[in-house]
Amino acid sequence: MKKSDPLLGKKLSRRDMLRLTGVGGLGLLLGGGGIGGIMATRGAAAQVPAAEVKEDTIPFYGSHQAGILTPSQNFLYFASFDLTTTKLADVKKLLELWTTAAAALTSGSLIGNINDNPHLPPSDTGEAAGLTPARCTLTFGVGPSFFDGRFGLASKRPAKLADLPAFKGDDLEPKWSGGDLCVQACADDLQVAFHAIRNLARIARGTAVLRWTQEGFQRTGGADPMGTTPRNLLGFKDGTGNPDVTNAAEMQKIVWNSSGDGPAWMNGGTYMAVRRVRLRIEIWDRSTLNDQESTFGRYRHSGAPIGAKDEFDDLNLKATDHSGKPIVPPDSHSALAHGDGTVKMLRRSYSYSSGMDLTTGQLDAGLLFISFQRDLVKQFVSIQERLSKNDRLNEYMVHTGSAVFACFPGIREGGTIGESLLG
Amino acid sequence: MKLKYAVPAGLLAVSILFAGCANNDNESSGNEAPAASNNTALNVPAASAEPAANVKAVDFTSAIEQYRAYVIEQCDQFVKETETFTNAVKAGKLEEAKALYAPARMYYERIEPIAEALGDLDPNIDARENDVDAADWRGFHKIEKSLWEGKTTEGTSEVADRLLQDAQLLRAKVETAEIDANLLVTGAVELLNEVSSSKVTGEEERYSHTDLYDFVANVEGAQKIYELLKPELAKKDPALEQTIGEKFAALQAELAPFKSGDGYVSYEALKEEEIRTLSQNLDALAEPLSNMGTILGV
Ligand code: HEM
Repeated sequence: MKKSDPLLGKKLSRRDMLRLTGVGGLGLLLGGGGIGGIMATRGAAAQVPAAEVKEDTIPFYGSHQAGILTPSQNFLYFASFDLTTTKLADVKKLLELWTTAAAALTSGSLIGNINDNPHLPPSDTGEAAGLTPARCTLTFGVGPSFFDGRFGLASKRPAKLADLPAFKGDDLEPKWSGGDLCVQACADDLQVAFHAIRNLARIARGTAVLRWTQEGFQRTGGADPMGTTPRNLLGFKDGTGNPDVTNAAEMQKIVWNSSGDGPAWMNGGTYMAVRRVRLRIEIWDRSTLNDQESTFGRYRHSGAPIGAKDEFDDLNLKATDHSGKPIVPPDSHSALAHGDGTVKMLRRSYSYSSGMDLTTGQLDAGLLFISFQRDLVKQFVSIQERLSKNDRLNEYMVHTGSAVFACFPGIREGGTIGESLLG
Repeated sequence: MKLKYAVPAGLLAVSILFAGCANNDNESSGNEAPAASNNTALNVPAASAEPAANVKAVDFTSAIEQYRAYVIEQCDQFVKETETFTNAVKAGKLEEAKALYAPARMYYERIEPIAEALGDLDPNIDARENDVDAADWRGFHKIEKSLWEGKTTEGTSEVADRLLQDAQLLRAKVETAEIDANLLVTGAVELLNEVSSSKVTGEEERYSHTDLYDFVANVEGAQKIYELLKPELAKKDPALEQTIGEKFAALQAELAPFKSGDGYVSYEALKEEEIRTLSQNLDALAEPLSNMGTILGV
């Protein structure tokens, strides 16, 4: 009988569950191998054959973690965790449980096998039941504090993984900074992303606690079917100057660690810099279009570099006007960030809006800047040093949070998040 | 105070069905025991997915009787201490009344789920302002407001009398109150939920700031239930039993520094991070505790 196939051999997705139970499926479920069968196969959730992967599913397993080169989803839910345990065994256990849960979350299955026992709280909190995976990706990393000696891992800390140095103008708050572990959840549906973090935090209870979280958004695919470069809250296209993620050689150079970069456990991994940047949008809104464009060195409407026509035209910093002055202001954000063009990073930021600042009555909104790079110091720090000193954009923003994480290499089927580090 | 709900009998039947099927599957699939890692929490081993057929329905009679004895003992103390408190209130001894207030309440807070199961007794004894219509408001918190905010015992004599009567009524009713295993299991979690929704936020004792007394008492009440169910739990799911024990110990350790004399420091003396750590430790305990229901049913 065809209908019962998925119950026997394959995992049951959140949608299958709904569909089946919706058509008097409980009987069908029980007939087709029994609930126990479903529970057991669902435990093996993420072994989805590649052929079955649908458009709304981004494979969790692979040589690199998803959520890095993955084209940005519509929403972000970022969570930084602190470990409360002092036992390495607990940390390993947590990462095992997170692996199983992440495989379920990214493939749209219910978490755990206790979802129908009337005497127990269900193991999945349920708000994503019936939803597709919505291209959910979960990206895991460890911060410098993970190596501080509590778990005997100090010798494994990559030399380059350290809290970022203080930059000019920083106004960092501990409540938006740091963390032993991070999970970047991205999805085309905020409820799916929230559900992921909520359940991972629940699973961590007793072992790790949330330190800080931030939701992020961009224009959705629905509002921009053409998928043009998204605009940040200052109204400018953001991401134009990013390297091409489909160019494997470039990614190897800019993003991924390989042998020789540092500890072997980071081979195939990457470093993440996170900055919570509050934008002074009220001040920005009072500046002229001309000022705004000079601030970025690009046109607001097209996103093209000043003096050029098309968004993707080269940023030519040598071009001068008739009086010999550079056409793209040297202290504009694009010019300074670009530098001589030899140092790049992969940016994957999201806008945020966290209600209002009760002191000033202004919006607390801005950018959760996220970038991935092979080397935090050579890439992020060197660019941010230039920016923090001279960027015209500084007038309109303040960095309120900061964190860095070593994002593990990809997880192979049957493997565990972080196993190259923890064994 | 909170709404209560009962598990419909229909659901219970379904669970039995499920357990049976899970068992079948285990036999037919070459006995691959479901990995513990399929579960939601570190502290939640795969109890409900284990073969269930060889597990006999548990007899909770002794645990229930021991719990009733505990409740009666707490109630006896509660009536006694409430009387001392209300006497002080009625005698106009403000400072003495304030000192007696929080310790007396602890006996009540330990057994709150029972009181909540007994109709209007909980609101009559423990309602906060705005929990009930102003005209119906009485009990501890009304006196609390007068003692701390009004700085007087005046006008509370009648409330004090009724409070003592309500306490005595509670004592009389617990003798025959229906207590079953389900009440024990959900009661333990409810006690901790009480802490996280009102004590850890400082809302319970908004005038006296003696929230930590209630906090400790709720936790003790939950721990008592855990102790009584522990033997069964150890049989059914030793890892869960152990985790809960560890988390109780961790929470006690976290609370210890806030002891002051025979009591606890004022909620106002707690720093923001201290409150957060207490709350996180509480959640770390409540999560595995909420899986104690694994000993119920088949
Ligand atoms: C709220 C803060 C920020 C905003 C609103 C912002 C916005 C922008 C915009 C609109 C562009 C031009 C379009 C593009 O190339 O994507 C740009 C480019 C860039 N930004 Fe930012 N940015 C911010 C912070 C940062 C930070 C902290 C860094 C790194 C330290 C950075 C690095 C870059 C780089 C590398 C480019 C590309 C330059 C090139 O063309 O090579 N940005 N940014």
